[in-house]
Amino acid sequence: MGFLLACPNCGQRDVYEFRFGGEVHARPQFGASKKDWMDYVYRRSNTAGVENEWWYHRMGCRRWFQATRDTTNNSVLRTFWTDQEGSDNAVRARK
Amino acid sequence: MVLGLFRKEKMWGPHHKLKSHYDVVIIGAGVHGLSTAYYLAKNYGITDIALLDKTYLGGGNSGRNTAIVRANYSTPEGIRLYSESLDLYEGLSKELNFNMLLTQMGHMSLAHTDSAVNGVWKRAEINKALGVNSRVIWPDEIKRMVPALDTSQHTRYPIKAALFHPPGGAIRHDAVVWGYAKGAEALGAEIHPRTTVTGIDVSDGAVKGVRTSDGSFVGADVVVNSTSGFCSTITKMVGVDIPVVTHQLQACVTEPVKPFMSKVVVSANLHVYVYQTDRGELVMGSEIDPYSSYSPLSTFQTLEAIAGHAVELFPGLKNLRILRQWSGVCDMTPDYSPIMGRVEEVKNFILDVGWGTYGFKSGPASGHNIAELIATGKTPDTIKPFALARFDANAQVSERGAAAVSH
Ligand SMILES: Cc1cc2nc3c(=O)[nH]c(=O)nc-3n(C[C@H](O)[C@H](O)[C@H](O)COP(=O)(O)OP(=O)(O)OC[C@H]3O[C@@H](n4cnc5c(N)ncnc54)[C@H](O)[C@@H]3O)c2cc1C
Ligand SMILES: [Zn+2]
Repeated sequence: MGFLLACPNCGQRDVYEFRFGGEVHARPQFGASKKDWMDYVYRRSNTAGVENEWWYHRMGCRRWFQATRDTTNNSVLRTFWTDQEGSDNAVRARK
Repeated sequence: MVLGLFRKEKMWGPHHKLKSHYDVVIIGAGVHGLSTAYYLAKNYGITDIALLDKTYLGGGNSGRNTAIVRANYSTPEGIRLYSESLDLYEGLSKELNFNMLLTQMGHMSLAHTDSAVNGVWKRAEINKALGVNSRVIWPDEIKRMVPALDTSQHTRYPIKAALFHPPGGAIRHDAVVWGYAKGAEALGAEIHPRTTVTGIDVSDGAVKGVRTSDGSFVGADVVVNSTSGFCSTITKMVGVDIPVVTHQLQACVTEPVKPFMSKVVVSANLHVYVYQTDRGELVMGSEIDPYSSYSPLSTFQTLEAIAGHAVELFPGLKNLRILRQWSGVCDMTPDYSPIMGRVEEVKNFILDVGWGTYGFKSGPASGHNIAELIATGKTPDTIKPFALARFDANAQVSERGAAAVSH
């Protein structure tokens, strides 16, 4: 199902204005094993449910932000700049 | 009420009561799970098998795809696997005594740019070297084969050449599912529709059985994961993440018109493919939606893109109406090749996943090889290159160029 995403800068826009950047997952520390790096590069949680993801507003302000989305029905629970994760600046998707 | 009765007959009933143990439990009764069961029984006499599926028979991508079959891939590993599968498909209607309406009408991948022309040259040469019938054709011949195509050179993406693959075509996907299902059950395998797997028991590093939505535990010596778009949710049950991201793939079909084209036509540049079915409808599809999703709903954006691009290729289609549009969830891998075989982390757990947008045509060969792996304990050479471990070894089998738009 198509949906809208609220860019923290530009507001609600059609999802096709954005580039999907994949699920957020932790980057290994410097000096981590090769296996950890390979897992980081290739393996994905691919959650059927709520996950945090990267999005890029390619047809707008051209900035990266994160969204919390339910992948089973594409409802966007919130969008936010990464330095403000969990803060009140998070834009909550309008009903 | 009459309709209700009619329906009942048409669905595959839950004929069996689940037993407490099977030699093999297969999660997912699409073409991959079904063919695995069929070849286990037929080739190796292993018949104590349960196929568990959360929906109705063919409710997954095996009943949602556009049913294109071909072997014109671009790596030796891919070509070998898909050729084996096409060979099996050619004999399958007879073997299972079930008409699958295999139509080898010929498959044409258009090249609109110089680099795409180089790409099809390369593929044609690799195909020929490995015994697959493919050749490069030019606009004159393209126009003769499919007169409805706009081959004029003033379009946004003029057609410069094409890779032509005569044995490619389409097969009746529901018939394949039902044919394998009947074949597998006749040999003793049990199919359990509407039975969702909710957990997998692992002890001492080996799989012991699965838990189902009705609360039962079903023991198993071997568990196979053939759940396509949902495969990550199953591997998570044994604590393993795999290199798969689930994306939607959509397709649509138009109202029927008189037969006017007899080839599958694919354009990677325009992200669209089109062919006409025996009933006269045009089946049209595209590439995956650009974000991950498990949603079953189709979108207007994709429909608009498919229709617009199809009309660019075939201006004569512009007044045709769309009859249906639908979506499936596809298990995409980074290299557009499947993930098949054992998993290092857990014993007796076998993957046949990562089939993305291209796995219907490979159903027969996959089942054949996975059955051999289960029965003999040895990984057949054909599927060795597709092990999960290839990602740690940096040994991907890149089929992106041959599989991203043409499925
Ligand atoms: C629109 C579209 C067009 C396509 N076109 C082509 C094409 O032209 N050519 C081609 O070769 N391929 C094509 N494909 C890809 C192809 O359909 C798939 O790769 C193939 O059908 C996969 O078969 P499968 O048996 O692995 O999976 P499926 O047929 O999807 O079966 C998996 C089953 O697992 C079940 N399942 C999931 N989770 C659970 C659980 N927890 N418990 C129990 N059961 C579960 C599902 O209900 C499902 O029935 C297309 C796909 C789509 C969506
Ligand atoms: Zn913006």
